[in-house]
Amino acid sequence: MYVAVKGGEAAINAAHRLLADRRRGERSLPSVTIEQIVEQLALAVDRVMAEASLYDRALAALAVRQSRGDMIEAIFLLRAYRTTLPRFGSSEPIDTAKMHIARRISATYKDLPGGQVLGPTFDYTHRLLDPSLLTDEDVDLPSRKEPLPGASTRVSDILATEGLIEGDGELPDDQPPGDLTREPMEFPMGRDLRLQALARGDEGFLLALGYSTQRGFGRNHPFVGEIRIGEVEVELDVPELGFAVSLGRVQVTECQMVNQFKGSAKAPPQFTRGYGLVFGQSERKAMSMALVDRALRAEELGEDITAPAQDEEFVISHADNVQATGFVEHLKLPHYVDFQAELALVRKMRADIEAAQKVKAGPLRDAAE
Amino acid sequence: MTVSAPDTSSPGTEARKRAAGLLARASREELTGAWDALATKPDYTPVRGPETGLVMVRGRIGGGGGPFNLGEATVTRATVLLASGIAGHAHALGTDKPKVRLAAVFDALWQDGETRSFVESAILAPVEARIAEEDRQQAEETAATRVDFFTMVRGDD
Amino acid sequence: MSMNAQALAGGFSDPVFDSQAVFRLLMDGMSRPGTIQTVGIDVEQPLPLGRAAGAVALALCDADTPVWLQSAMAKSGAPQWIAFHTGAPVVQEKSDARFAFMQSPAGICSFGLFALGTQEYPDRSTTLVIEVASLVDGQPLTLSGPGIRDKVTVKVTGLPEVFLSIWNDNRALFPRGADVILTAGDALLCLPRTTRIAAGETACM
Repeated sequence: MYVAVKGGEAAINAAHRLLADRRRGERSLPSVTIEQIVEQLALAVDRVMAEASLYDRALAALAVRQSRGDMIEAIFLLRAYRTTLPRFGSSEPIDTAKMHIARRISATYKDLPGGQVLGPTFDYTHRLLDPSLLTDEDVDLPSRKEPLPGASTRVSDILATEGLIEGDGELPDDQPPGDLTREPMEFPMGRDLRLQALARGDEGFLLALGYSTQRGFGRNHPFVGEIRIGEVEVELDVPELGFAVSLGRVQVTECQMVNQFKGSAKAPPQFTRGYGLVFGQSERKAMSMALVDRALRAEELGEDITAPAQDEEFVISHADNVQATGFVEHLKLPHYVDFQAELALVRKMRADIEAAQKVKAGPLRDAAE
Repeated sequence: MTVSAPDTSSPGTEARKRAAGLLARASREELTGAWDALATKPDYTPVRGPETGLVMVRGRIGGGGGPFNLGEATVTRATVLLASGIAGHAHALGTDKPKVRLAAVFDALWQDGETRSFVESAILAPVEARIAEEDRQQAEETAATRVDFFTMVRGDD
Repeated sequence: MSMNAQALAGGFSDPVFDSQAVFRLLMDGMSRPGTIQTVGIDVEQPLPLGRAAGAVALALCDADTPVWLQSAMAKSGAPQWIAFHTGAPVVQEKSDARFAFMQSPAGICSFGLFALGTQEYPDRSTTLVIEVASLVDGQPLTLSGPGIRDKVTVKVTGLPEVFLSIWNDNRALFPRGADVILTAGDALLCLPRTTRIAAGETACM
């Protein structure tokens, strides 16, 4: 129960002013620019875009700056901004096979068309703090090499030629994909809606769930078939032109998880798949998403549902960090009246119990005395 | 509203798509540079926008399966009408309204046989060349990180 | 197929305030069924769409609201105009439509093929925008129900004779059912699914 109370206005105004000051920090230092955040804190910007479910690097950087680096606050800001804009339509599905690749690796095939290209990865770094970054030292330009001709074939297509792996995951052609920002969620939901929820889900939550499947809570024997990061074309069908035009490119991370599967009453022994697709560069998130996507297919593949990561309602209902933070943090709002009621109730219960104990203990004590 | 048909010798859908895609990728500086270089500036009236909204970006399950909604992207669009009666449309990722309005003007100028070659040489060709160079650099930098496996000779004894 | 100049013409000159103004008219109209609201904004809609119907399309339709058009409208410049200005997809199946634009009396024999909502989500129904000849002359109808003090009489020219029985069938589905906006030129009048309609003038008052 909430009761309107007044009186905090001056305090709130002063708090906003103080927040603005603390956000700016020490005035003798230059203010960090949006361009600097986009260029130098690129992965923070990518995380905000992915979980806000809005691709716009400049706005995501603005949100990071305004939120003092609090990622969930930044995601919240960008989500809120998104609601102020009209939606012009939906793009043609992006084609990750035509990606301009910045990184592409496979843990299942050593030699594959297009090769293994590491790109700008933290893997193989020694995780030693680098004192040279304490100062603004010059950084070498990247080395260059002639690219291999030809496309980077998908690993799933290589496996598909042997017929040992399931298909991509078809939906009826005429069925438009569900949109959880437009219609209330209902369980059970289709894989299209689950993937949308996971793509905007909290990285930490999905990471923990993915980890739990590896530790045995709904184990699904995963291999990274392929991870690719790069830019893809976004095309929109424009009614005034009558055909689709390119709006530009967005960067995405895609993870194809390949899972060993011994078969069930519903499906033969084969490799099954989990899929991850995320805005920006974020392979931890894409991998976690693919693990959880596969875990959530337990019902479809006739597996026993025994673990949290396989429980659709549990996973999807709790993956959104803006919803989660809203409900957790609302607890700090005034609950004075609720609490007064609880206090009166506990006092009464305590008094009743003490009275009952006194009655029970009374004659004994009398006897002892 | 009726307008006389101007010279729009139809160059085909593919050519129009290419022009629209390159105008979307052009920077504001590239477009204003071309505008400044234009000998006679055309009169145009805004029909719609420039306005910023969202496009829901879709992916495919498993990379090639059924579509799903990945997340939205900011998009700015504009439609202008030249005094000649040609309508120009532009859509581009991001929130740069002046850029997209100019892109719509150039889309209209591109449809006019009189000015198409200017648009091609002042914007489309340079933007195409810039993108090709950026892609080449990115591809070469990425290729340098390609792993060349070699198998160590194993000694059994 | 690229669009002609007529499709690009008009629209709201001030999209935010104009759509708010039309929304306000509709909100007042829906909350006080039977009152006549007048659209003052020239939206240069293509015929046979009336001004009020065109303004309703601009204010309420977008990429998420499939639109169904009666054949005469579907053959006009209306589909392209609606597509350009609102982004709404024009659909063939009535049941897929969130809004339907039609001219009376042709073809109104039942609401049954339109979306009528579900018990859980009665809002997922089609709103029908029906252009009639007049909202000030013609067959008197007595309205009652939520938003109406006692009774109110409206006069409509151009509704088919079966409309009352269609409407009674629609009422019987409550909370499911379609909502109707009658338009005549720049005037509009709302008939939400809660309104009862009887033929003839109000007897007393």
